[in-house]
Amino acid sequence: MLRRNIGFKLTFGVVLTVLLAIGIFAWFNIQSQSRSLLSEVGRHASQLSDAVKSDTEYDMLRNDRERIHESIRRIGQQESIDRVRVFNKSGEIIYSSEEPDIGTMVDKQAESCYRCHSAGEPLERLETQERTRIFQPGPDSPRLLGIINPIYNAPSCWSAACHAHPETQTVLGVLDVTIPLTEVDRNIRRSQLAAVALALAVILVLSLIVGLMVRGWIDRPVRELVAATRNVAGGNLAYRLTVKRDDELGLLANSFNNMTDKLAQARLQLFQSDKLASLGRLAAGVAHEINNPLTAVLTYSSYLMKRSQGRPETQKDLQVIVSETIRCREIVKNLLDFARQTVPKKRKADMNEIIGRAAKVIENQLALGRVRLDMELDPALPGVTVDANQMQQVFINLMVNAADAIGENEGAIKVTSKAISLHPAGVVQIKSAVCRKRHELVDRKFQVDTRPAVTLRFRKGEQTGLIHLNPIYGAEGHHLNDMPPLEDGVELVCPDCSTSLIAEGERCPQCGAPIYAFEVPLKGLVQGCLRDGCGWHRWEQVDSNWNDEFVEVRVEDNGCGIPKAQIPHLFEPFSTTKGPKGTGLGLAVSWGIVDNHNGTITVESEVGVGTSFVVRVPVQA
Amino acid sequence: MSAARDILVVEDEPLVAQAVAMVCGDEGMTVTAVDNAAEALRCLSEHHFRLVLCDIMMQGLDGFQLLAELARTGNPTPVVMMTGYSTVENAVKSLAAGAVDYIPKPFTADELLAVVRRSLRSSALLAAAESAGLERGGTLSFVPCPNHYLRLGCVSWALMEDEGTARIGVSDLFLKAVEGIRELELAEAGEDLAQGIPCAVATAPDGSQHGIMCPMSGKVLEVNEDLRSKPSLIEKDPYFKGWLYRILPSDPESNLQWLSL
Repeated sequence: MLRRNIGFKLTFGVVLTVLLAIGIFAWFNIQSQSRSLLSEVGRHASQLSDAVKSDTEYDMLRNDRERIHESIRRIGQQESIDRVRVFNKSGEIIYSSEEPDIGTMVDKQAESCYRCHSAGEPLERLETQERTRIFQPGPDSPRLLGIINPIYNAPSCWSAACHAHPETQTVLGVLDVTIPLTEVDRNIRRSQLAAVALALAVILVLSLIVGLMVRGWIDRPVRELVAATRNVAGGNLAYRLTVKRDDELGLLANSFNNMTDKLAQARLQLFQSDKLASLGRLAAGVAHEINNPLTAVLTYSSYLMKRSQGRPETQKDLQVIVSETIRCREIVKNLLDFARQTVPKKRKADMNEIIGRAAKVIENQLALGRVRLDMELDPALPGVTVDANQMQQVFINLMVNAADAIGENEGAIKVTSKAISLHPAGVVQIKSAVCRKRHELVDRKFQVDTRPAVTLRFRKGEQTGLIHLNPIYGAEGHHLNDMPPLEDGVELVCPDCSTSLIAEGERCPQCGAPIYAFEVPLKGLVQGCLRDGCGWHRWEQVDSNWNDEFVEVRVEDNGCGIPKAQIPHLFEPFSTTKGPKGTGLGLAVSWGIVDNHNGTITVESEVGVGTSFVVRVPVQA
Repeated sequence: MSAARDILVVEDEPLVAQAVAMVCGDEGMTVTAVDNAAEALRCLSEHHFRLVLCDIMMQGLDGFQLLAELARTGNPTPVVMMTGYSTVENAVKSLAAGAVDYIPKPFTADELLAVVRRSLRSSALLAAAESAGLERGGTLSFVPCPNHYLRLGCVSWALMEDEGTARIGVSDLFLKAVEGIRELELAEAGEDLAQGIPCAVATAPDGSQHGIMCPMSGKVLEVNEDLRSKPSLIEKDPYFKGWLYRILPSDPESNLQWLSL
């Protein structure tokens, strides 16, 4: 897992690079540091050797060997000096701080002689640099720095009383001083250790910082994306990423959401049309099967009713059979209408009366449980133009659902009706829209919030695509699918004939951006602004003629409530929360009915608290 | 051929056949019921019936094949189809195939009788017209649809207008068959109508109610308001001033194939 982690790889790469840089830098640094340390020691050694030379010069001239011995021995005892030796031209050690060395011969090829004697004919002058040498006599002994100081012949030497040296000699002997490099080596080691420590610290801090950055900027979003992808792959198309970033990963997340949106829409459509197709088949089958028995019941009962004109008691009972069978007929028809998506037969009606009739139908069912039915009906409710049978069906469905939600427990259903006024924006659905060449723009293939969307094409240079406007007039939630803003010279055209759908010479009165315009057949021009956050819209014919009177009916229960996840699917056919008890058609049919009345049906629910369905139907259909 | 009988019921559901026989029999009509189309064709070749009430979906030969067979043999007996709402398209198709009317199942006794009486009268009128038509210019008891009008069976007509809209109305034969209109219940502007589904309900002077089958699906753009104040206008001038609605056809192509000139 760790090895596959992109953060680890990135951190590893960065740390390796920095490590290399620090390594190279430290190496050069230590090199130059040890070089300067050594040259410092060399200089010191040279001074020392000069000091020894001048210290012993007088004794040399006096040829006082004892004193020279003593001086050299004393100097050699100093801690910072390894040893001091003087050897003559032939390589014999004359004086030494180490007693046993005296009298021994030094090999000319040896360490201290090599510099001058390697060239066959010995050199007589040497630079300080060349007089020093570093060597390690044994594997366990510390490194030593040796400096040779040739003792040149001087007039005082050959003219001295001892006549020890002839005038022709240039170099009389060599003073060799060796100094231990323990201190210097310790310093160098310390520097090396410091460099390593620094490198380690840098690695630690750097990997921490890079790791944190990678984690925050790359790892977490990538992990979220992966989780989202798994979720979507697993079928949860409602999964959305929260995008709070403006970098490439933010873009990716946006694109991902966009893709999921489209996928969800496509699936929903497929699902819906699939469901509708099977619903249609089922409904047709059921209707066909049920028609013959219903025909027999209806014909016999209505025949009997005709025959029992003298007996009002019997006739009243038969009337119930006839009217309920006719209701069955309407239900079957509605089922087919729903499958066919046809429109209700509307008549003037009193919504309270419809609610009352619906309540009567399920009274018995409620009495069996311990459910109380409270009605709070507004007596001054305006008359509505609706299909009374269909609306009754809606209320029966809602009340039965409410009773089922209460289940075995005690509970109450509350039905309230009242007149309200609503602004057209957010209520009126655009069910048909056309371009100037009369091409239909409402495309059933694309939906926004489960409603067929107004579909337009945008073009900007090479870039083109479809956008789907929410068919609810004035509502937000258009699917603009990465369309650049209109003010950037984007064309908006009919997908069929490419006629422009930008209102010419008009600008949004709120933000000044170009606006779109299309016609709703027989209902005039709809205009709107697509700029983010503006939301300006105008539909003169509806805005001015809008009758804002609505009748609102609430059916509330204190039952088990509906889980949030199920709410978006509530009105889909065959979606049921009742298990085998439900057909999954009730709310789908209800939704279809209310929608066909140009009304809305919405739901609010909280698990364990209850559910309320709100049906709003315009007073003027 | 033996003596004329009134009604032949072709229905494979015995209870429905019985109920229909009972309702019609109670009104003094003679009813023969058979449970398949082959049997019905044999009956029709042996006896004369005034009307056939026929289910569309049956085992063996179905209602369409029965209609085709009648047309092939030149049998003029009028056929009324009985079918559920699930097969309105079938009903419309059967009208194009020669049925005179259809009644959606399930129906009440009154609805059945209304259709039966209306069809009996309209076929009598048609038969009269046919014999009168032999001598051209003879006075007809009803006004046939003008030439370029599209008809749905003998019930309603549609006239395509230049703007892509259509005007729809009811045929004089239908009006004569229901023997006048006392009341007319109309749809509202904005409503969607479907071909084959009643778009208006006419109440005859005898109180019987007759759904007027819509000839073409579409949205009502305009209702002939004059009819509300003066329903008699429809009888006076059913093809011009007595139109019912102006509609915006929703599916003219598929609708047109079931309409005849």
